[in-house]
Amino acid sequence: MKYTTETIVLAVGAFVALLGAAFAQDRLFEAHMWVLFFVLLASTVFMLRRVSFAPAGGVKPADDPEGYFDEVVKYGVIATVFWGVVGFLVGVVVASQLAFPDLNIEPWFNFGRMRPLHTSAVIFAFGGNALIATSFYVVQRTSRARLFGGNLGWFVFWGYQLFIVMAATGYLLGITQSREYAEPEWYVDLWLTIVWVAYLVAFLGTIIKRKEPHIYVANWFFLSFIVTIAMLHVVNNLAIPVSFLGSKSYSAFSGVQDALTQWWYGHNAVGFFLTAGFLGMMYYFIPKQVNRPVYSYRLSIIHFWALIFMYIWAGPHHLHYTALPDWAQTLGMVFSVMLWMPSWGGMINGLMTLSGAWDKIRTDPIVRMMVMAVAFYGMATFEGPMMSIKAVNSLSHYTDWTIGHVHSGALGWNGLITFGAIYYLVPKLWKRQRLYSIRMVNWHFWLATLGIVVYAAVMWVAGIQQGLMWREYDEQGFLVYSFAETVTAMFPYYVMRAIGGGLFLLGAIIMAYNVTMTILGYERDEAPIPGAQPALQPAE
Amino acid sequence: METYTAMRHFADSWGLLAMTLFFLGVVLFVFRPGARKIADEAAAIPLKED
Repeated sequence: MKYTTETIVLAVGAFVALLGAAFAQDRLFEAHMWVLFFVLLASTVFMLRRVSFAPAGGVKPADDPEGYFDEVVKYGVIATVFWGVVGFLVGVVVASQLAFPDLNIEPWFNFGRMRPLHTSAVIFAFGGNALIATSFYVVQRTSRARLFGGNLGWFVFWGYQLFIVMAATGYLLGITQSREYAEPEWYVDLWLTIVWVAYLVAFLGTIIKRKEPHIYVANWFFLSFIVTIAMLHVVNNLAIPVSFLGSKSYSAFSGVQDALTQWWYGHNAVGFFLTAGFLGMMYYFIPKQVNRPVYSYRLSIIHFWALIFMYIWAGPHHLHYTALPDWAQTLGMVFSVMLWMPSWGGMINGLMTLSGAWDKIRTDPIVRMMVMAVAFYGMATFEGPMMSIKAVNSLSHYTDWTIGHVHSGALGWNGLITFGAIYYLVPKLWKRQRLYSIRMVNWHFWLATLGIVVYAAVMWVAGIQQGLMWREYDEQGFLVYSFAETVTAMFPYYVMRAIGGGLFLLGAIIMAYNVTMTILGYERDEAPIPGAQPALQPAE
Repeated sequence: METYTAMRHFADSWGLLAMTLFFLGVVLFVFRPGARKIADEAAAIPLKED
């Protein structure tokens, strides 16, 4: 019988959740435990229906125990596409809510609850699943070893999905500890810690038992991402629950220490989740897709260490002109500006990997997508240091410019490199000749790029206008505009931003269709991209 | 001395020095003689097989 223990653990977990609902100290915890109960109950029923009662020896393993553990990667790719579409959709909804406040449907779907749903869905559900799936794929191949820990990979995948469901339902119910990008309450944080340690064990175990003597640079980036996120997550979420069966907790820190802890976490989530992890993707999938080694392997090592040493200090730039000591603000600014160099070192390394194969930008939409991702990485890592300079920050902080910056990084860099990796992975994992449609990749590329450009450009104009309106004094020293006037002035920009996001969402829906059809085994009858070889053979 | 002050002084003196030296060590190590060949071999890892 397969997965007996797992099924029993799920059933016990469902019962414990039921007890949690019964003895809950507050209504929100009770509601959340009901959610957990039904999720675990449904999982138990699903597992029971799959139990095969053949004798232990008679069960045929689903995949080759000696080969690579790719089933979990397949699930990860599907989850990435699914959560991506969900996250972008919620993004378009919250963008529309800002433009048209009537779209706030109280209490569950107002902006305050939908916004963390959007950020967590795109960063942790879409980005996190992409990172877990690609890191499992890359570490096995570059170590030439099967993923360590047997079914541990399954636990990481499903445990992470449970974390996402608990976090998302918690936000909509109104459970939050109000820490940016770390809104889930203490009990969900504890669960994520367990899952993350399992992730580290699976990843590190694979590296330790590798057959390849050298640890490829992508694995360095993935490992630093896993280790640093573990550290950030634990420290940032140090909190004392009010009750053992209640949804409320209080941070272990107070005042400016709490603020600094949050932004030490927040910025390094950007640095190690959205940068280091995705650089791991870049260092594997770009060389694979163009079939060339990385431009300079030695530059990639310096890129790695420089990034590790500098990123961790950049957090205070989120707290310019606050109660944070001045030296800490300056430290954050200086390290942010210095970060420009390793970031561009990495960008150049990624782009130059194409040297000798530049024609692929014209003939291969997947390469084009990856190159555009690296270009956006370069743009966002130039804009970020610039905005961290105190004088610039005095204009840009608290305005929509920041939101524009985040999105050119997140949609442009993280989004496009992930799409590129998905388009590379799907035919490989499901052993298809090619994608269902290469031309649809092209459509996706242009819709996504156009969407980001509209979004970022509109937010520059909106943010700078906002910042200038806020600081406008008349000759007697009075503020010229009330805050409400600056909000009204944003209306056209908010509408255009929603349109930009809508284009990006449309591209993602095309990807979801393309990926689904590829998995189902269809090939669209279409003219090849001009200039491409008649039969594009993936590199063997 | 207060813990805060002591840690802050440690961070911007010995801590900073140690990290700078480690980083410079990495850079020197990357450019040691013979590193190019090893780096080229490592860069070829993803292309070796599927």
